Amino acid sequence: MSTVDILFYLLSAFAIVSATMVLISKNPIHSVLWLILVFFAISGHYILLNAQFGTIVNIIVYAGAIMVLFLFVIMLMNIKKDAEPQKQLLVKLTGVVAGGSLLTLLIAVVKQTTQIENKQVLLKEGTIGLILTLGQALFTDYVIPFEISSVLFLSAMVGAVIIGKK
Amino acid sequence: MSIQYYIILCLTLFSIGVVGVLTRRNAIIVFMCIELMLNAANLAFVTFARINGNLDGQVVAFFTMVVAACEVVVGLAIIVTIYRSRRSASVDDASLLKL
Repeated sequence: MSTVDILFYLLSAFAIVSATMVLISKNPIHSVLWLILVFFAISGHYILLNAQFGTIVNIIVYAGAIMVLFLFVIMLMNIKKDAEPQKQLLVKLTGVVAGGSLLTLLIAVVKQTTQIENKQVLLKEGTIGLILTLGQALFTDYVIPFEISSVLFLSAMVGAVIIGKK
Repeated sequence: MSIQYYIILCLTLFSIGVVGVLTRRNAIIVFMCIELMLNAANLAFVTFARINGNLDGQVVAFFTMVVAACEVVVGLAIIVTIYRSRRSASVDDASLLKL
């Protein structure tokens, strides 16, 4: 078992445990903090997959900006620890069974797909995720979606201001 | 490392997000579980980009982050507006579209 394998298993366990804690925490602020840990674990996976720019963007945008926004809203709304009305046990059980069935189905599909059966993820060399190559791709092949996304940001900003104003 | 492990990890994270959307009532937690599902999909995109040795998957993951940021901004504004008019962040209380 190589170092990369050990790192993969550690990060995976870290991500899954933190994601479960997001679900079962009663306090929304604890949920936000656990979700930040999930994002850090996923960023670690990005490093293993040679997506260096993706790692940085994930930490800055998700763990930094978006989660701070969530924290702000939770503080603004001042949600009490047990203010959330609990669903009935039957509803919760049904949700867990439905999610588990979905997971089983998807794993069965992945196990049977022949295209990816014996493929390996090359975890050593490769510089495809560097900001140089990604920037060249973004400003040549993907320049139109890139510019359209700036319009999307502008419209989201205007929409948020209009919704929040009244 | 076989690719199947990566895909199964993504599927597990996605299913945890689905369970969260189905079982929790607080609108913010539901929203955070949607973020978790988006991140699981992102991880799958980056994995496939690594296998095929090209950048397309990473670019798609990058655009997913862009759209997720916009979605969070507008979604949280809507949640705050609903909370102001109903004094509650539970998704069951917001069953009508009108205020």
